[in-house]
Amino acid sequence: MLSSKQMKSLLATIGPFIGLFLIVTVITILNPSFLSLSNVLNVLRQVSINALIAFGMTFVILTGGIDLSVGAILAFSGAVTATLMAAGVDPILAMMVGLLVGAILGAINGLIISKGKVAPFIATLATMTIYRGLTLVFTDGRPVSGLGESTLFEMLGRGYFFGIPVPAVTMLMSFLVLYLILKKTTFGRRVYAVGGNEEAAILSGIKADRIKIYVYSLTGFLSALAGIILTSRLNSAQPTAGTMYELDAIAAVVLGGTSLTGGRGWIVGTLIGALIIGVLNNGLNLLGVSSFFQQVVKGSVILLAVLLDRKKTA
Amino acid sequence: MKKVLVWVMFAVVGMFLLACSTEAPGSGGNANEDTDNTSNNAAGNDSGDADYTVGFSISTLNNPFFVTLQEGAEAKAEELGIEIIMVDAQDDDAKQVNDVEDLIQQGVDVILINPTDSSSVVTAVSSANDAGIPVITVDRGADGGDVVSHIASDNVAGGEMAGDLLVELLGEGAEVAEIEGIPGSSAARERGEGFNNIATDALSVVSSQTANFNRAEGLNVMENILQSNPDIVGVFAHNDEMALGALEAAEASGMDELVIVGFDATDDAVAAVEAGRLAGTVAQQPTLIGEQALETALAFLQDEDVEDFIPVELELVRE
Repeated sequence: MLSSKQMKSLLATIGPFIGLFLIVTVITILNPSFLSLSNVLNVLRQVSINALIAFGMTFVILTGGIDLSVGAILAFSGAVTATLMAAGVDPILAMMVGLLVGAILGAINGLIISKGKVAPFIATLATMTIYRGLTLVFTDGRPVSGLGESTLFEMLGRGYFFGIPVPAVTMLMSFLVLYLILKKTTFGRRVYAVGGNEEAAILSGIKADRIKIYVYSLTGFLSALAGIILTSRLNSAQPTAGTMYELDAIAAVVLGGTSLTGGRGWIVGTLIGALIIGVLNNGLNLLGVSSFFQQVVKGSVILLAVLLDRKKTA
Repeated sequence: MKKVLVWVMFAVVGMFLLACSTEAPGSGGNANEDTDNTSNNAAGNDSGDADYTVGFSISTLNNPFFVTLQEGAEAKAEELGIEIIMVDAQDDDAKQVNDVEDLIQQGVDVILINPTDSSSVVTAVSSANDAGIPVITVDRGADGGDVVSHIASDNVAGGEMAGDLLVELLGEGAEVAEIEGIPGSSAARERGEGFNNIATDALSVVSSQTANFNRAEGLNVMENILQSNPDIVGVFAHNDEMALGALEAAEASGMDELVIVGFDATDDAVAAVEAGRLAGTVAQQPTLIGEQALETALAFLQDEDVEDFIPVELELVRE
């Protein structure tokens, strides 16, 4: 017989899976074509961008922080990569610069939060505005197109790898690496320690500031990766790309059962959470639900998840 | 208490999902059909009312213009007996690409796209092309991919209407200024082209400057124009925002009799026309654009020839 504490942790673990299963079942009953192979691959591709950002957000939230600037970092990195490519720079170099820029913007967040002692919400609210503004300045408010012909770059957003969309492959590979980092490395354990009890972590010799800077840099890097994939998918960089993506990413993390107070949670849940959001987006479209209603449904599902989460941790 | 709340939430979400199913008649049925077999032209089952399904990806429904366009399309679809599936990209380029992919999954017969952006929509158009589903663009075009037809307001004709109005009100050879929209945008290019078709011969355009479709910039630009060309008697602005900015500048400098013509027929501009402050504004007809889109889709599905570009007429709003 399980104790009530064990029950709760079991529920926290399998809750997201049950939620995803229920939603998939309901949508499949209403529209059987939802579960066709081509649509499942379609959903995986659609989910990949949000999932990549949400993976980074999981690390940030595990340390007890939050990052509102991810959508703006996505747009800025995409714009940098696209501008370089449009200017004839080698696509691989352009992408590397884009990823580096994302990591640097993330590191700036980390520095402001750890060294500047600014609350993550406020710090990233400010940098979100700054990064978005810089994107608009950089692109003059216009989409960057004319990226030239690069098969490699096109593959990133639009290609297939053994029949599986490349963005989905990238997402799953990233997931695997990040899962191992979080589960098997000292760094992963320290992330949990900092979020669980920062003072205790510092007393036991963990450099909490450094962990935070790494975590925000990682999130910036993943946002940039998402931005480059999006740029490839759209064959252009949009200065307004990624607006409000921070909210979808946070929602994915929360739906996955990671606690917003830090220290508790897992990245598998985030993947499931991102899938729940993607399945809702796609399923509601397939059912012909108006977009206004879709927002009501999505918001309700997130609220439901948080209520259930409070119930099991209460 | 919490338990009750959770169950209420469940019930609410459940109800929404059930309500949805009634809104999508037949979506379960035709979605299973072979997507690659949508080469409608081969569908020679001559019956005029073959049940066609049209997918319509619209850029945003948070803007009255596009809501009116949608209503025009939906009314026409009902009249023609075509099923229409609307998806709203909410001005998000990435969402639009996803939306179009979802429409492809449903195996619609033709996809109408009102792009959020001409360049980012290309991926969506190519996906539809790959699936063998014909694409028609509405209001904004696509920079690439295979598009059967493009339906949009005839901005060139609109620019000509504005030019004609200035000639009518001011007489041949009058000194006028042109306030241009965002350089390179199709609206600015075409409206300018139409206006200059008339103005080159019939008017004397002493100044052409851009104010980026923006009201505040329209005000600044007009102030500058009035400084350097105090004798002008008329102005054509590529949109109403700039026209209203120009109007502020003119009235502030006591030039109340300046004849200003705008474009778009926004509520503010129409009110200004009614008050006799603006001479006129050229109105797009979103309902007509929506209707035309559906008619073109049906014509194409029934194997009739359709033009690459179908201009939709504009309407002049004046006192």
